[in-house]
Amino acid sequence: MGLQQTRYQQLSKEKMPKRPVLRNLLWAFMIGGAICLAGQFVQLFFMHQGMSVKEAASPTTVVMVGIGAVLTGAGLYDRLVKRAGMGGTLPITGFANAMVAPAMEFRAEGLIMGVGARLFTVAGPVLAYGMAAAFVVSAVRYLVTGVA
Amino acid sequence: MAKERSSSATLLPQGVYIVSTGSVVGPKEGEGPLGTAFDRVWPDEGKRFSSYEKAEQQLLNEAYEVALEKSGFDWSDIDLVLGGDLLDQTISTNFTGRQHQRPLLGLFAACATFTEALGLGSMLVSGSNARDVIVSASSHHLTAERQFRFPLELGYQRPPTAAWTATAAGAAVLSKDAGPIQVRAVTFGRVIDAGGRDPNDMGSAMAPAAFDTIYRHLASTRTRTCDYDAIVTGDLGYFGLDMLKVYAQESGLIFGVELQDCGRLLYDPTTQDTHNGGSGPGCSACVFAGPLANRLVRGDWGRLLLVATGALFSPTTYQQGETIPCIAHAVELVAV
Amino acid sequence: MSFVWAFVVGGLLCVLAQLILDLARLTPGQVLVLFVVAGALMGGLGVYGAFVQFAGAGATVPLPGFGYTMVEGIGEAVKQKGPMGLFTGSLTASAGGIKAAVLFGLAASLIFKPKA
Repeated sequence: MGLQQTRYQQLSKEKMPKRPVLRNLLWAFMIGGAICLAGQFVQLFFMHQGMSVKEAASPTTVVMVGIGAVLTGAGLYDRLVKRAGMGGTLPITGFANAMVAPAMEFRAEGLIMGVGARLFTVAGPVLAYGMAAAFVVSAVRYLVTGVA
Repeated sequence: MAKERSSSATLLPQGVYIVSTGSVVGPKEGEGPLGTAFDRVWPDEGKRFSSYEKAEQQLLNEAYEVALEKSGFDWSDIDLVLGGDLLDQTISTNFTGRQHQRPLLGLFAACATFTEALGLGSMLVSGSNARDVIVSASSHHLTAERQFRFPLELGYQRPPTAAWTATAAGAAVLSKDAGPIQVRAVTFGRVIDAGGRDPNDMGSAMAPAAFDTIYRHLASTRTRTCDYDAIVTGDLGYFGLDMLKVYAQESGLIFGVELQDCGRLLYDPTTQDTHNGGSGPGCSACVFAGPLANRLVRGDWGRLLLVATGALFSPTTYQQGETIPCIAHAVELVAV
Repeated sequence: MSFVWAFVVGGLLCVLAQLILDLARLTPGQVLVLFVVAGALMGGLGVYGAFVQFAGAGATVPLPGFGYTMVEGIGEAVKQKGPMGLFTGSLTASAGGIKAAVLFGLAASLIFKPKA
């Protein structure tokens, strides 16, 4: 690294405007917590219909994904995340946002290579590495314990 | 006479004048502190078009039309069009050429494109048989976002160093005939890579390039910062301009109140949520073609050094972990 | 009490993610992958299951819950079908969320236009 690069690293580090970390954390906690609370309500609703905790998991996810999709379509979810950061991105509603947003955006490039191909641009890595990790973890457990 | 150095300023021997300018901006730029200084403000980002790429082309086309209208020239008078934009294969500038049908040179220097076009156009008017030339640069927030970052509706938290790509186009008609602003000298930039790699922090990455060009321009024209009424950089924004001042100070260059920045002037960060300020080729283009040119024409300023800065990366290079090479082109303008 | 814990635990997971985003300077995409992998890992170790019992949606709604669900799915599938379950289980268990996101994404692309 040259002298110029070293000086730049130093200077930019020194002068860099600080991220409002504390405010970000507070917002992430409030919004993230609120979304999970909503999820808990939905899950309880399905359990009141006679489902077990396990049975209620899938319909709860579907409803939460639906909420995320509708808020994305209405142009509200990006505004929420601007404040909440990972509080909006980490819950499953953020996963829905990550799939719905590119689908909407690339509509102009057509239904096949636009919408169809771009659906997974953001969510793809999560699915790929989620599946890979689940496979590896379970395979190891299966080999070690005999049950996955 | 031997050339001092190939990288120093070019003084234009023949008079080159800016006859008129045209600036057309989006609604957010219109609501900003400079809003009243633009020729046209769109009520929306162009939702009547089937794509925002088409909207950007129309934005540019209108900037050409406004500039031509004010100059009294017709398209048929124009010998050459020079311009550029941010989109892949400079489609905004090239596709707009389908309409005007004049000889076209597409340029790319990211957000430094406007002064590249202005400087090169001036040299051609000065030293070739091109008599009347129009130069331009444009950008659109929504087309740039989808190319460089993420889909619009994707939730995303911008860090404080992030820049806001302007929806804006600026154009200027250059001529051998006398006009209210004269182009006196041009200094083209070198590619300077100080090692910045964050596409969300282009301001600080571009500061060393801005400094290099300003320093070389001042040295080769034997001028000092205080000889200018204004030295206006491209899109350094708040953070970048602070960095530039530090670089300057370390080399004994002192800036006063004359130092400003287009990206910093375009928006009000407290109410418009634009963080480090405006960016995009259209930013320096519209800020010059609107408010800065007005000040020269009105006589508020006698001498202006416009130094647009560009971050020359692409989505491919930053995904591959490359650093961000930057460039700055300077054009010295005087009121006639 | 289940509501309080859902809120607190879900909120804290998001705080942790935000902290990594801001301090380690990762991109949101990197943080999401990190969390889904961490969820799968903790699921495999049997830790996340206890966490879910305690916090409910506070543990299942954030993305680590997605990784956990995939591991759980594989466990069930292997029980029923043997080793082939290693391949079928994760998507079976997470099918609801993924398919909902695909369908809603397609629908939204037809109905809505992105706004500035």
